[in-house]
Amino acid sequence: MITAVLVAVPLLVPLVSAGGALVGGWRPRAAWANVAAAVSILAAGIILGVRVTARTEFTAGHLLRADPLSATMLIVIGAVATLATWAGVDYLEAELADGKTTSEGARQYVILVPLFLSAMVLAVEANNLGLVWTAVEATTIATAFLVGHRRTRQSLEATWKYVVVCSFGITIAFLGTVVLYFASIHAGASGSVALNLDTLSAVAAHLNPAVTRLAVGLLLIGFGAKAGLVPFHTWLADAHSQAPAPVSALMSGVLLSVAFSILLRIKVISDVALGLTYMRVGLLVSGLATLVVAVSLLVGQSDFKRMFAYSSLEQMGLLAVAAAADTRLAVAGTLLVVAAHGIAKAILFISAGQLQHAHGSTLIADVTAVGARSPLLGTTLAVGVAGLLGFPPFAIFAGELAMARGLSRAGLSLPLLGASALLLVGFVAISRHTAAMLLGSEAPGSPSLRVTGPVAAPLVIGLAASVVLGTVGGPLVHLLIAAATSLGAKS
Amino acid sequence: MSDSFYLTGIDLLAGGLLLVTVGVVWRRELAAMARLLALQGLLLGAVPVLAGAHRGDPQLIAVGAAVIALRAGIFPRLLFARLQGEIGDDRAAIPLVSTAASLLLSAALVVAAYVVGSPLVALDPQGATRAVPVGLAMVFIGILLLATRRRALSQVIGLLVLDNGIDAVAFLATLGVPLVVELGVSLDVLLALVILGVLTGRMHAKFGGTDLDDLRELHE
Repeated sequence: MITAVLVAVPLLVPLVSAGGALVGGWRPRAAWANVAAAVSILAAGIILGVRVTARTEFTAGHLLRADPLSATMLIVIGAVATLATWAGVDYLEAELADGKTTSEGARQYVILVPLFLSAMVLAVEANNLGLVWTAVEATTIATAFLVGHRRTRQSLEATWKYVVVCSFGITIAFLGTVVLYFASIHAGASGSVALNLDTLSAVAAHLNPAVTRLAVGLLLIGFGAKAGLVPFHTWLADAHSQAPAPVSALMSGVLLSVAFSILLRIKVISDVALGLTYMRVGLLVSGLATLVVAVSLLVGQSDFKRMFAYSSLEQMGLLAVAAAADTRLAVAGTLLVVAAHGIAKAILFISAGQLQHAHGSTLIADVTAVGARSPLLGTTLAVGVAGLLGFPPFAIFAGELAMARGLSRAGLSLPLLGASALLLVGFVAISRHTAAMLLGSEAPGSPSLRVTGPVAAPLVIGLAASVVLGTVGGPLVHLLIAAATSLGAKS
Repeated sequence: MSDSFYLTGIDLLAGGLLLVTVGVVWRRELAAMARLLALQGLLLGAVPVLAGAHRGDPQLIAVGAAVIALRAGIFPRLLFARLQGEIGDDRAAIPLVSTAASLLLSAALVVAAYVVGSPLVALDPQGATRAVPVGLAMVFIGILLLATRRRALSQVIGLLVLDNGIDAVAFLATLGVPLVVELGVSLDVLLALVILGVLTGRMHAKFGGTDLDDLRELHE
């Protein structure tokens, strides 16, 4: 009963917030209601994480589930969303003050953001693969007009590519879902529950291998498109760079990981039905290809928002490579990186939004001496990037270490070597670009970088969260290991 | 209704679906493509109606009626509403590949669909599943349309052909996915269509046309 409430709260509270804005129109209070919705997701995730560390519970007639992985993802969604919606309060005030949006535009924003949150929650809580699919496509629908919120030519172009490429990718995943449903029914599952993840796991050993290979391949391509994996990654940098900063934080920080977590669920079924090799090869190939694309575009990057977007692409490639190992260490490390990357990207995109607002530009060349001009933004930029690049004491360091040990223990030293070499190039590129923005002498006529209260608070909290996660991540690590175990990973 | 009559009916519908899909590749005027899309929706919805009549299952008939209302009624209507706003050049698709080459490619894709679909057919060779490759062919041809047409609305038509194809696979292989899934999917597709329609309108306002080659400000 308590679980049912905890599963329902993160789905429904954002809907209430959206409904309030739909009826009441734009008021500053509506932006704060979004923050409250985000906090409710975080709180429910934490309580669920404490309660379900060892088992899976179902509610709503087996349509929804609560298990360690969904609790982990709820915590990540809630944490990033809290930072992003809090920064959203200031974003809307600034846009309204500058006349860049109207109260109608602000209303649209405070309706769509909680709908987006609710769709992500459904994607990680749903037990029926078809429902998961619906939720993921709903995230595209909810974010379309958020990406295009500024209504410029570029944002329109980004929105079009985003909607077409993601809808296409996700449609391929639906074909995979239909084919898997067919295989599940022929393996003896009854129609109404044949797409449930627990049913699929139960009948996995009896699934027809040839049909399941086709289904899993389609699912990998389809959900991979939404996770930013090659070959359908082309929308990512455009959408993430054109969206308002708080929305970029949500898309880069969690939406990609939500899609990725679905691949982890599919892997459980695939590993039993087809053996380890099939999904492993798929993940390694798309992961390494994604790393190559991301790193090569990071090297010559001239736009800081696109740099952060490609850094997310890089992280997703790395996660895919690590997920190919089925060791508990690698999977737990993957999830730790998901959490740490989410918070780091939230800080970085919020900071990027401040820089963009002050300079009216997203070119790296236009921004210098941030460290001297604004201690807060200098710190967030430096700490965010340091965390992203895997410096200790931040959690990505521990996560990457766990991934590396897990990969070598699974006998995947060669892919590990390739990924490390690519990461090193990415490391140099990102640190070079960031140093160019942080250091140097102040260009004459640089605008002042004054950070107002509603943005300073989430930035400071995000910084604190990064440090806490890296230094005293104990309780969360317990949950992550439980999640890895529930995904069938071996020690 | 006898089994052989039912299976003949399914085969006829599948043949019709394939023919209409090739027709979409052949025609260049967006209005003609939209009309063919409506016909495709009608044939698609007839599959569950026929199966429902065969099995005496009223729920399947209702699902079929809903599919027809959505895919032969609402979707094409939305497309036509959008087409009213287009003028002159914008009312024809701009193919990157000539019509003859597109048709040849479609033929190759149909063969590929039979190869890809063979494991599904092998699992259930007697029933309606043997027509599943037609659904896959629609999917592949939808992708072809998406990739080779440079007009905003023709990409939308490609996406819809793709989506109809997946629905065809679902109905032919398993008589459709569970109702809650079908509902969610239809709602998503409908909303995506509305969004793409609004974006097409904004494109007119900003670019003065819907040639997708105008979308080239964002690149590396």
